[in-house]
Amino acid sequence: MTNLLILIPVALFLGGLGLGAFLWSMKSGQYDDLDGASWRILDDGDDRPAE
Amino acid sequence: MSCCAPGTETAAELDALRTAGPAADEMAMASRDLGGGLRQCDLIVPAVHCGACITLLERELPKIDGVERARVNLSTRRASVVYRADGAEGRALAAVSDRLAALGYPAHLPGPDDEGGDPVFRELLKSLAVAGFAAMNVMLLSVSVWSGADAATRDLFHLISALIAAPALAYSGRVFFRSAWNAVRHGRTNMDVPISLGVILAYAISMYETLSHGEHAYFDASVTLLFFLLAGRTLDHMMRERARSAVRNLARLAPRGAFVIDAEGRREYRALAEIGPGMRVALAAGDRSPVDGIVLEGQGDMDFALVTGESRPVRVEKGTLVPAGTLNLTGSLVVEATRAAKDSFLSEMVAMMEAAESGRAGYRRLADRASAIYAPVVHLTALVTLIGWVVTTGDWRFATLTAVAVLIITCPCALGLAVPVVQVVAAGRLFEHGIMVKDGSAMERLAEANHVVFDKTGTLTRGRPMLVNADEVAAEDLALAAAIARHSRHPLSRALAASVPDAGGGRFEVEEIAGEGVLARAAPGGTYRLGRASFALPGGEAGASDAEGSEVVLSRDGRLLATFRFADDIRPGAPRAVAELAEAGLSAEIVSGDREPAVAALARRLGIATFMAGARPADKVARLESLRQEGRRTLMVGDGLNDAPALAAAHVSMAPASAADVGRQAADFVFLHDDLAAVPTALAISRRAGKLIRQNFALAIAYNAIAVPVAILGYASPLVAAVAMSSSSVIVVLNSLRLRRGFRPARVETAARPEGAAGYERPVPA
Repeated sequence: MTNLLILIPVALFLGGLGLGAFLWSMKSGQYDDLDGASWRILDDGDDRPAE
Repeated sequence: MSCCAPGTETAAELDALRTAGPAADEMAMASRDLGGGLRQCDLIVPAVHCGACITLLERELPKIDGVERARVNLSTRRASVVYRADGAEGRALAAVSDRLAALGYPAHLPGPDDEGGDPVFRELLKSLAVAGFAAMNVMLLSVSVWSGADAATRDLFHLISALIAAPALAYSGRVFFRSAWNAVRHGRTNMDVPISLGVILAYAISMYETLSHGEHAYFDASVTLLFFLLAGRTLDHMMRERARSAVRNLARLAPRGAFVIDAEGRREYRALAEIGPGMRVALAAGDRSPVDGIVLEGQGDMDFALVTGESRPVRVEKGTLVPAGTLNLTGSLVVEATRAAKDSFLSEMVAMMEAAESGRAGYRRLADRASAIYAPVVHLTALVTLIGWVVTTGDWRFATLTAVAVLIITCPCALGLAVPVVQVVAAGRLFEHGIMVKDGSAMERLAEANHVVFDKTGTLTRGRPMLVNADEVAAEDLALAAAIARHSRHPLSRALAASVPDAGGGRFEVEEIAGEGVLARAAPGGTYRLGRASFALPGGEAGASDAEGSEVVLSRDGRLLATFRFADDIRPGAPRAVAELAEAGLSAEIVSGDREPAVAALARRLGIATFMAGARPADKVARLESLRQEGRRTLMVGDGLNDAPALAAAHVSMAPASAADVGRQAADFVFLHDDLAAVPTALAISRRAGKLIRQNFALAIAYNAIAVPVAILGYASPLVAAVAMSSSSVIVVLNSLRLRRGFRPARVETAARPEGAAGYERPVPA
């Protein structure tokens, strides 16, 4: 019983963390251009500072 | 120099020549302030299609003086250009527009109603995420209960579930509660009423059970239900939004403003709404007339195709009436507006379209029809269960619990997924074939169609002239003519230039004489004239009559070299498409605004017996109306402004991407490729989707036939309900996915370059 008191809050916290991360990433526009993101990862130039 | 499209450079150059980018004034008007002296302008760039395009544009655009940065969004095919508003931005914006065109990415501005972003979709996605989170955690706790947790542990788990479920239901359920409340308030019922009722009642009864230390709680059922249903909703919305944004990204053919000449002869760019009768509007070659007007100065050729359906350019001079939407091909004109834009021909068509649309409003979506029967049955069954158990046992608690179990079991989970999943998969299939569908009911209506009406110009034909007698003319004359024609924007010149793709620009001193032709002086060769017979052969050599208006004569120093004949070429795949539609059981006819002989000839070539020539927009609508009265379900395929009312009046309609704005908005389907095979393909996919939807309904009904008696008899424990609900949903989804198999993607169209079309295919990068 006592381990449940730890495990349930931990499970809920981790789940909540995932949910929060999703909501945050959506708000910050990371899903706005999924097609573009899949190409950008192949672009070597992207890690250089903008000229 | 488009990044990875070898072989299309000449075509891209021609296009760049033809579709000059948006004017700097227009771009400035459409931009928005970012603060700090920076402004952002969003441009639609349909040709962006891979990572190299992104890199190229994001590298090249900031090189322009005054441009701070540029960001390309590949999904929406847009580029955001951030520039400094320091007074010299006009030049910077003009440079952006020119640079994009020169790189092979002609750009245009989004429409005024197109703000980008989609708040509804974001809300659905957030609701879905919250429901998913809640469903997972509640299910975790429920599984523990089912596997044997009892007494205090069970009550604790139920209580935690209740705490998780409450905010999740309140947040994620809003979509359904709102719609259900709206329906109930107006005395109607829809699918959302049993959903909302089931979810809320299940929560309430479970809460009561938890507090009275009962054994059964349905928290998991209520949140999982919400999760599945939200998944269906989100998919449905995604599909419609994708198609809508793709249609929005097509080039707008109606101008948003024009240069107005005031009394002192100054030119000023004015928005469309500000142009009133009596104002003088300057139209350069390549501009569309924004208003109905009369030509005051200048002469030239104009393309009336979007208005009349007539493919031949019309010669205009002082006093000619010019309706809104016509394209000035050569020469510069000054037009006096006779009516304000809101009263123009274009607006008349829109009004006519709205009137015609009421005919279609009678159609009810399959899902709505199903729920109209389903919802009352569900409510009645639950009520009967409640009363039945109260009467037989007198146990209110058990009776209520059983009634709620019936509500949960019958909750249209599978039914809610049955239609959207199939339609999303079908829309995806159509998208692969270059066809965009506006909404799901369009596919249902297309599947029912049993008669097809084609427009001629721009639909069955390409709507642009092609050289037909290339083999009768000497090759060097053709090359010479093509080289000269390259300097003109006239459609016949463009057709001539396109027929010899590798002819160079030539070394000429070229002068275009509006409405007549092109005068080219070569240093050793003399003076060439390419154009009307009367222009090329000033002496008036007999025999070179220009009866059809589709002949071009090339002469050197007044002597005839060659005569080129043009005809509006049939659209590729048209004969096969007509044959396939006939095979699918659709009768066909042509209704065109063009002249009788041209329509008759085409009808004969395609083997279509019924046709109607010289039809005005009202005639087309009347024809569709009489077909409706005969009980036929008509598919209308058309492109022009004059077709728009007919497109709205038909049972279901399709338009090519090159169609007028209004036509594209009126049509249910828009196809991007040149090939008319899109029509039978769309029909086949829609019919198959209709079949799968009916199968899904059958599956859902079969599931209910088994599960409902179990629930009514009181055997539906939370575990049984969860298993039954999930398995029926999964089966329906799997059945829907079968649509992904069977149809091969359309072959890559190399010739297809619809004007400003989004998403057209290009050769694969080498």
